[in-house]
Amino acid sequence: MTKVFDSGNVACALAVKDVGVDFVAAYPITPQTSVVEKIASYIAEGEMDAKYLPVESEHSALSAVAAASAVGARVFTATSSQGLLYMHEILHYAAGGRLPIVMANVNRAINMPWCLYVDHQDAVSQRDTGWIQLFAASNQEIYDSVILAYKVAEEVQIPVMVNYDGFLVSHSSMPFETLEQDKIKEFLPPLDPPWRIHPQWGGTFGNVTPSEEYVPYRYALTEDIKKAGDVIVRCSKEYEKLTGRWHGGHFETYRPEGAEYFLFSMGSMGKEMEIAVDLLREQGIAAAGLRLRVFSPFPEEELAALLPAGAKLLVFDRNLVYGSAGGALLQLAKAAFFNRRDSLQVIGISLGLGGEDLPASVLVAKAREMMEVCK
Amino acid sequence: MNKKIVQPISRPVIGAGGLTGTWRTQRPVYDASLCNACLLCWIYCPEAAISKEDRTIDYTYCKGCGICAAECPKKAIYMEREESR
Ligand code: SF4
Ligand code: SF4
Repeated sequence: MTKVFDSGNVACALAVKDVGVDFVAAYPITPQTSVVEKIASYIAEGEMDAKYLPVESEHSALSAVAAASAVGARVFTATSSQGLLYMHEILHYAAGGRLPIVMANVNRAINMPWCLYVDHQDAVSQRDTGWIQLFAASNQEIYDSVILAYKVAEEVQIPVMVNYDGFLVSHSSMPFETLEQDKIKEFLPPLDPPWRIHPQWGGTFGNVTPSEEYVPYRYALTEDIKKAGDVIVRCSKEYEKLTGRWHGGHFETYRPEGAEYFLFSMGSMGKEMEIAVDLLREQGIAAAGLRLRVFSPFPEEELAALLPAGAKLLVFDRNLVYGSAGGALLQLAKAAFFNRRDSLQVIGISLGLGGEDLPASVLVAKAREMMEVCK
Repeated sequence: MNKKIVQPISRPVIGAGGLTGTWRTQRPVYDASLCNACLLCWIYCPEAAISKEDRTIDYTYCKGCGICAAECPKKAIYMEREESR
């Protein structure tokens, strides 16, 4: 175990190196660039035994890693914002093909107008592509989530996207610990896919199917992605046993004891929310932080079961569902409570778009505004 | 999780695309006296309906696309209207 003080992007690149990835294809985009730069230099300097394919676009990057994954390689790519949107078509291919790809998406606002700073619109707009989506909020959590992502992806044969906030996390240096490669191997055995493209095999991957053959694939994907939520929690616990590091299961909760208001968010906002919760507690308000780590599959049942009677959920979305009152988390939380916990109050806002600064003081003020409405 | 069923992979079997012979409006007719056995027709046929050994055409699966006739450098295959349909 080595202690490192470096950026979130370096934490990501280190995890990719330590995991033993065979193939990387990527196209640089701010703020993801230093992830793939770092990986390219590991490979160039012989620190990492992998093939690096520079490509002309994100569409090609994901196509290349999908193909490499289909021949049985452990693969990685990374992107942000428009790059993720450009991958949209192949996101579906990768999930439908049940390829255990891991990708880092360094969250960034989308165009127009042009903006380089964080929000979650990129990832949220790719929700229904059949990918598992994790959200990390610190450099340690990025490092650990990448390793976890391979474990989960290879067990359930579904691609995993590891999201973290552009600049706020990707370019902030924080201390974190790595893990020895032999310990990682204990947790993550060498890739042994149930099937791979091989010259001796002579078959077709992704052939045309009539409805009666198409339907079972679609249902298998949605059922398996639903089950993947539990796999993520189980693997996180296994990882904790090995390393002592725990970032939460579906959620990370902060000061939930006796709480009435649960401040629900995703990404680095969830860490700032801890300070906001402390401030609210000082003001005599029973607030708790609830940071979502698994955006897809959204833990509906777990969220509904988590809140005590009479609790109020205040949702802070760093994205917009255009024309609605808030963002994706608000809609998903409402759906989670509907017919399960109909008596719980849910209210939400969208904020922090395009990197709008969200210090704890702002979060406290927004939380208090929502509490007024809840009364 | 049953890992066997989840991936959309398929292996070739005879007739996987159904009875494609029923699609035909024209049929390829082979004239062995003109053929130099270059096997272009065999390579190009999308239904693998032409025999490598003697260029016999399997009309159960030949869909009548005419690619073989178009590709044949010796004009040893020509397309004939299907009369009996
Ligand atoms: S007509 Fe088309 S399907 Fe029939 S034998 Fe010729 S190439 Fe094959
Ligand atoms: S392409 Fe024409 S000449 Fe060549 S093998 Fe076929 S029928 Fe014979």
